[in-house]
Amino acid sequence: MQGSKEAELATLMRAAIAGDERAYGDFLRRAACLVRGFARRKIVHGGIDPEDIVQETLLAIHMKRHTWRQDAPVEPWLHAIANHKLIDAFRRRGRRVEIEIGEIAETFAGPETETISDREIGRALETLAPGQRSVVAAVSVDGRSIGETAKRLGMSETAVRVALHRGLAAIAKRIGRN
Amino acid sequence: MDTNELIEVLAADTPPPSARLSTVWWGAAGIAIAIAAAAFFAMLGPRPDIAAAAETPRFLFKFVFTIALAASAFGCARALSRPGEAWRKAVPYLAAAPALIAMAAVAELFLLPPDTWAAKLIGTNSIVCLTFIPLIGIGPLTIFLLVLRHGAPTRPAFAGAVAGVLAGAIAATFYAAQCTDDSPLFVATWYTIAIAGLALVGAAGASRFARW
Repeated sequence: MQGSKEAELATLMRAAIAGDERAYGDFLRRAACLVRGFARRKIVHGGIDPEDIVQETLLAIHMKRHTWRQDAPVEPWLHAIANHKLIDAFRRRGRRVEIEIGEIAETFAGPETETISDREIGRALETLAPGQRSVVAAVSVDGRSIGETAKRLGMSETAVRVALHRGLAAIAKRIGRN
Repeated sequence: MDTNELIEVLAADTPPPSARLSTVWWGAAGIAIAIAAAAFFAMLGPRPDIAAAAETPRFLFKFVFTIALAASAFGCARALSRPGEAWRKAVPYLAAAPALIAMAAVAELFLLPPDTWAAKLIGTNSIVCLTFIPLIGIGPLTIFLLVLRHGAPTRPAFAGAVAGVLAGAIAATFYAAQCTDDSPLFVATWYTIAIAGLALVGAAGASRFARW
C-alpha cells in the first residue's frame, strides 16, 4: 500500500510539473492529508494550529517544487518540508510568547471567533499590496479560474497570473520573516 | 483562507517551470570558477617558476588537496540544498581532503629535520594566503549562496558553511598556483584558516539569506 501511494503521488507531481493543473490540485489535496496527520502527531502540547503547518507546507511545496528530483520518492521530500515548517513555527512561537503576554488583556476582551485572518497565511495575505491581495482573494473564492478572475477584476489574464504569482511569493517570504 | 481555498489558489498559479536545481548547481560551479579565475589573474597570476614547480610533488599535492575538498563540498552542498535528500551520506566525503593533508603533514614531519618545521609551517606568505583566498573566494561564495536561496536547505547554516568550504577550496586551487610555500605544513595551517573563514561567512550568510 505504502508503495502504491508513493507511486501515485509521484505520478501526480510529474503531471503537475508538466503543467496539469488538475493533477496538481489532486497532489496538493493528498499532500495536505499527509501533512495534517504528521502535524497532529507532532503537536502534542498545542500552541500551534496543525492547519497552519498544513498551509505553510503547501505554500512551501509550491514555491520550492523545483527542488524535487523527478526520479526521487516524493514522501521524504514532503516530510522534510513539513518538518522544516513545523520547526520554524515552533521557533516563531517561542519568540512570540513574550509579545503575547502583553496582549492577553486584549485577547480576553474580544470574543474568540475564527476569521480568515486567524491563519498565518490569511494574516500575510492582508499585508499584500491591494492589487495582489484582490487577485489572490478572488481566485481563492470558489476556485475561480484565472479567466473569470480577469474578467471580474477587469484585468488581462497575464496581469492576473503575474499578480497571483508575485502575491504568493510575497506571502511565502513574509511567513519566513515574522 | 481555508486550506481548500489555498489549494485552489496554488493550483491556479502555473508559472513557467524554474530551472532544475542540478542544472543550476553545475552552472553556478562554472560561473564561480570563472569568477575565481578572473579575480586570480587580475590580482595575482601564477608564480614565474610554475613550470619547474609543477615537477615537484609538494606543489602538485596542494592541488590534490584543494580539488578533493572542492569536489566533496560540491556533492555535500548539492545534497543539502534539497529537502529530504540523504545529505548525511555525502558528509563523510568531506573528511577525505583533511585526511589527505593530515597524512601529508605527518609525512613531511618525517622527511624534514625538526629544526626546519617551524620555518616551513610559518612560511613567507601566510598573510598573502589569508588575504587572497578569501578575496578570490567571496565571489564564488555569493554565487553559491544564491543557489542555496533558490533551493530549499533545511539546515541553512550548515549548507552555507559547506558552500563556504566549496568557495574556499576553489579559491585555494587558484591561489596555490601563485604561492611558493609548498610544504603540507603550511597548507594544513594557513589554507585551513582561510577556508574556515569563508565557511563562517557562508554559515552566517545562508542562515539570514537562504531561509525559506
